[in-house]
Amino acid sequence: MIRFEDVSVTYEGAGEPTVRGVDFEVPEGELVLLVGPSGVGKSTVLGAVSGLVPHFTGGTLRGRVTVAGRDTRTHQPRELADVVGTVGQDPLAHFVTDTVEEELAYGMESLGLAAEVMRRRVEETLDLLGLADLRDRPIGTLSGGQRQRVAIGSVLTPHPRVLVLDEPTSALDPAAAEEVLAVLQRLVHDLGTTVLLAEHRLERVVQYADRVVLLPAPGAAPRCGDPAEVMAVSPVYPPVVGLGRLAGWSPLPLTVRDARRRAAGLRDRLAHRPLGEERPAASPASEPPTGRALPGTASGSTTPAGQADPAGAGTASPGPTGPAPAAAPGAPAARLPSPRLPSPRRGLFRRNSAALAPPSAVPRVAEVRGLAVRRGPVTALRHVDLCVARGETVALMGRNGAGKSTLLGSLVGLVEPTAGSVLVGGAVPHRTPPRDLVRRVGLVPQEPRDLLYADTVAAECTAADRDAGAEPGTCRALVSELLPGITDGIHPRDLSEGQRLALALAVVLTARPPLLLLDEPTRGLDYAAKARLVAVLRALAAEGHAIVLATHDVELAAEIAHRVVLLSDGEVIADGATAEIVVASPSFAPQVTKILAPQRWLTVSGVREALA
Amino acid sequence: MRSRNGAAGAPAAGAGGPAGTGTGVRAGARARGRDAAGAGAPAAPPGGRATGRPGAGPSRERGAEAAPAPPRRGRASLHPGAWWLWSLGLGTAATRTTNPLLLALLIAAAGYVVATHRSASPWSRSYAAFAKLAVAVLLVRLAFTVALGSPVPGTHVLLTLPEIPLPHWAQGIRLGGRVTAEALLFAGYNGLKLATLLICVGAANALASPARLLKSLPGALYEVGVAVVVALTFAPHLIADVQRLRAARRLRGRPDRGVRGLLQVGLPVLEGALERSVALAAAMDARGYGRTAQVPARVRRTTTALTLGGLLGVCAGTYGLLTAEGGTYGVPVLCAGAAAALAGLRLGGRRSPRTRYRPDPWGVRAWLVAGSGAGVAALLTLAAVRDPDALHPGVVPLVAPTLPLWPAAAVLLALLPAFVVPKPVEEPS
Repeated sequence: MIRFEDVSVTYEGAGEPTVRGVDFEVPEGELVLLVGPSGVGKSTVLGAVSGLVPHFTGGTLRGRVTVAGRDTRTHQPRELADVVGTVGQDPLAHFVTDTVEEELAYGMESLGLAAEVMRRRVEETLDLLGLADLRDRPIGTLSGGQRQRVAIGSVLTPHPRVLVLDEPTSALDPAAAEEVLAVLQRLVHDLGTTVLLAEHRLERVVQYADRVVLLPAPGAAPRCGDPAEVMAVSPVYPPVVGLGRLAGWSPLPLTVRDARRRAAGLRDRLAHRPLGEERPAASPASEPPTGRALPGTASGSTTPAGQADPAGAGTASPGPTGPAPAAAPGAPAARLPSPRLPSPRRGLFRRNSAALAPPSAVPRVAEVRGLAVRRGPVTALRHVDLCVARGETVALMGRNGAGKSTLLGSLVGLVEPTAGSVLVGGAVPHRTPPRDLVRRVGLVPQEPRDLLYADTVAAECTAADRDAGAEPGTCRALVSELLPGITDGIHPRDLSEGQRLALALAVVLTARPPLLLLDEPTRGLDYAAKARLVAVLRALAAEGHAIVLATHDVELAAEIAHRVVLLSDGEVIADGATAEIVVASPSFAPQVTKILAPQRWLTVSGVREALA
Repeated sequence: MRSRNGAAGAPAAGAGGPAGTGTGVRAGARARGRDAAGAGAPAAPPGGRATGRPGAGPSRERGAEAAPAPPRRGRASLHPGAWWLWSLGLGTAATRTTNPLLLALLIAAAGYVVATHRSASPWSRSYAAFAKLAVAVLLVRLAFTVALGSPVPGTHVLLTLPEIPLPHWAQGIRLGGRVTAEALLFAGYNGLKLATLLICVGAANALASPARLLKSLPGALYEVGVAVVVALTFAPHLIADVQRLRAARRLRGRPDRGVRGLLQVGLPVLEGALERSVALAAAMDARGYGRTAQVPARVRRTTTALTLGGLLGVCAGTYGLLTAEGGTYGVPVLCAGAAAALAGLRLGGRRSPRTRYRPDPWGVRAWLVAGSGAGVAALLTLAAVRDPDALHPGVVPLVAPTLPLWPAAAVLLALLPAFVVPKPVEEPS
């Protein structure tokens, strides 16, 4: 159905071809997954199928791409519109009209289908994708998963034989991602549609793939084959494959189900190991595990000394159960000078004595009480309580629109509370001038690029030092630490997704805020970039920074969070140690937990440490 | 604001625009890309920055708050053009009178229809904005009269403001001084007329979105219509971008208020807008926008001749109408030109293979709604000619305006849509 014949693409201004030697065929009715690290040209390969590369993007395409027998050299994207449906990374950029029903009809209108055919197909597609209730909704009011389904539906109505999707689930919460993947599954199985998709979150999609095309490195020839075979050599792989490789299973399992069948032996080997507390996070032993963690006790149990080295966690150290030996402020052996902010801390203690919470010696970096936020008719948050202690990492999870970003926004003063109080380092964020606030709390937004204005990394660093009132060179030193090998002259927009995130992180850290907030930090990151981020965040937590991150990425939460706070419809529905929360939840449990249940392991690295 | 038109109208060429912004989209003529495919490499111009992953920006989650489902908009049962004709008719009627009672009656009639028939879609909320704008116009008009005085002579002095002496070259301008009831009333009447016009336009916006109206354009103008529709839907995104970037300034520790803050986010907002329009142009291209059908050369030539000839005829006819001597040939030439241009447009529609999904039918109700608007306009115009005193109550000397009976009855005709058009279906919640 799709045939690449020795294709290479060189964009104008680039010295090297972006992809080279691409030669594979996608048979009709298969779901083919395109994998590879960031920047290897996955989007280029996808664009070549719809003809957007090179007709729209420019550049030179050598070789030949044919789709359903049509050569993309001689066919414009619009002339391929009846055989190829393309959905890009951002569904919002895809929508032409303003309501769901009109959007579904748009492609067919362009192709000139008869009115009755259009009517029938719109109704069919509404049912197929479960959009019937949304047909008259303005697109702007839809949630992320709904938008993605509408985008898929809008290219399905012309009945294309090929569907091309670029990261369809990256921006979605686990449930919405499953929704979208179920639709794809149905298209492939029932309608014989050929699907080619690229995705970073392999743990979500690899089990659905009939074949996998691996682009191992920029400019390297792709490898194509059976998913299990390709995963055995791939530089990017989901945790289930990681566990399979660790345990030496062959062929590699790709689904949790297959892995569980093999895992009996591994479970036996792990059974007599000290149980998988990945890190001395909260102290579930000293409090009811299901109860909402009380502000004082949850934070008091943090033992920063142990966080630096998760390896020590698996051993029978008293860390998890001990009465918070390192709870006193300033205890962690800080590599960076710990933030010295006398005034907020004084304010904090004053606040503590006034609050009803049990007295605690642990300084709280942030304290949210009874927070409610309304925006017009929408209640974004209602009665949220949250306390964050020094050195603690908290993951906020919940579906799209549950209020995670709003909570982060109110911690950093972007959102004014309708009711309740927010205190960060003793200050009320939305009443604090920005210059003061950056020394108390920093937020890396969903789009790190929003934080970057300057033309070069060096200029960005200088500006950051000035904004934060830090010593000249502070930011540049942080950049060098987080991103070795970045030159001063490079434009921030030329950085890869992960590098840009690191730069934004450095800019935020220049002011040394004791509280660091990250909104969806792993969107668009490949596994390598994610691993680097995890290392950086762990080091920061060990230095005493409190970190709150909003994420859909269960693997990331399992990796670094001490506590998980689940939000739903603006309410906190669970708050407790990571192991407690994620083990109990079917959609938020990481793959390793599912495979090794009822044992409570969270990550491959945890298992590796225990086996070592 | 958005370069939507350019990017959408010629997608491939549109990619050339934003290349300088470092979006990673290579500038490249479409023809060049095609010709060069498989042939020699085009010379690489220096200065390209990105590694060139088109559209590699991460997807954004914008405004995905847990918005409660707005009540479902029932399938619009009325052609949007009917609503626009109705409200334009009301607007025309408003320009014919300064009688505050009649104007108030017009506002009430329009308001009642909007209140009963507007849908729950976002653009329906524009009515409140238009109403506020109308009040503002009225107040500004009154404030100017108070501050700057008025040429209307009057004897009923309400208050005397201290007059600021102006140099002799500013003769004729007065600051402060006497404020008379006559002047205020005159300004109020005129301001109310303008406010009524604005409210009528707002009613049209609330009852039928301009986007839906544009979709009813003839096929040959379809692409222009899409460009406008897309531009309209992008305006909210632009506002969201500005808000997001101002928030980001605050995160950097810079003040997020003030003009400077707004100016400094201007460039990133424009960059984002360009990037998004390029992404949208790509999506539209991939979805078949701009497909053309094969049309015989004869038809193409006829289309061109009709359109050009028709436009020339319209120009000549208008000239004839405006000059004194051309009174005889003006009207027929204008009509013939318009007819030829319309025929050209219709024929030109053949080039576009598009079909329309569920077009709004123009039925009896549409005739009734449009007719009621036109009727109000016609009757008030007639009344203004026959009974100018009743429709323009005098201010010198001061008289209380009276409600002329049969023009008032004519205005009530505007309520007809409230009874003939079914109300939008509200979803039981």
